[in-house]
Amino acid sequence: MTLTFEDFKPGHFGTFGPRHVTREEILAFAAEFDPQPMHLDEEAAKHSMLRGLSGSGWHLGSLMMRMLFDGFIQRTASLGSPGVDELRWLSPLRPGDDLMLDVEVKEARVSRSRPSTGIVTFGMRMRNGSGQVLLEATSPIMVKRRETTEG
Amino acid sequence: MHFFEDIAVGQQRELGSFTFTADNIKAFARQFDPQPFHLDEEAGRNSLFGGLAASGWHVGSVCMKMLVAKGKEEAAAMLAAGGTPAVWGPSPGFRELRWLKPVLAGDTITFRSIVESVRTSEKRPEWGIVQARNLGVNQRGEPVYSMLATAFVPRRAKAG
Repeated sequence: MTLTFEDFKPGHFGTFGPRHVTREEILAFAAEFDPQPMHLDEEAAKHSMLRGLSGSGWHLGSLMMRMLFDGFIQRTASLGSPGVDELRWLSPLRPGDDLMLDVEVKEARVSRSRPSTGIVTFGMRMRNGSGQVLLEATSPIMVKRRETTEG
Repeated sequence: MHFFEDIAVGQQRELGSFTFTADNIKAFARQFDPQPFHLDEEAGRNSLFGGLAASGWHVGSVCMKMLVAKGKEEAAAMLAAGGTPAVWGPSPGFRELRWLKPVLAGDTITFRSIVESVRTSEKRPEWGIVQARNLGVNQRGEPVYSMLATAFVPRRAKAG
């Protein structure tokens, strides 16, 4: 069944994962989108503020998107997102991490400009296998209301 | 890349342009955001986007790619001029990211970065904290992407 606006109530929504992240994936993403030494070169990374090879923050954000998709967006009447209010990178992504994603509904309201659509604001937290928080973000997603969903 | 002392509010860096193609949009989407409007032309046309649209995370990652390339270009120019480029630290995050308009297959986005605030770090006296507005504009001059990024930038070592 497709999830619509009415299915998102303020409070804890779900916990998703684990998603295992390999060194090869980290290096491939960094080579294409963020080729800084701290994401590509073990030796240089040792001397960086992050003390060791770390994944790009944009890789972590993109993995969050994939975990949201696998977790529930693929079965949600989603119309896309207007943006990300805030995102904080709190600890580095490391090769071998098993990521978990906690999702909370912070707010759910009907769009003023498009009454057939709801705006659901999600709070996301990504953790590694040892429980360390890597990322926190707040982002709204536009979701169709049930009355207007066909089928 | 510049040291903290050489960065001032209002400074603007032109980061260059990137063309989003059906191939690179779908390749990113398959890995990270396989929603139908990012993978299929027909589904894109029938969505609010009105065409095959790049994932917002793809647009953000490309902006990062442009920033890194520009930083390397600036570092090379500084070395060639006999100077010492700064190595910037990691970013603690960003705020106010807005996907203002869809980025569709065939769109060419030009990115720029404008410094909005500079301050020193109390916890880390060897670092400054710079906030910059990163913007993307399409080939029709329409803003498609905006975000306020934060970065740690090294301060020049004090003499003596």
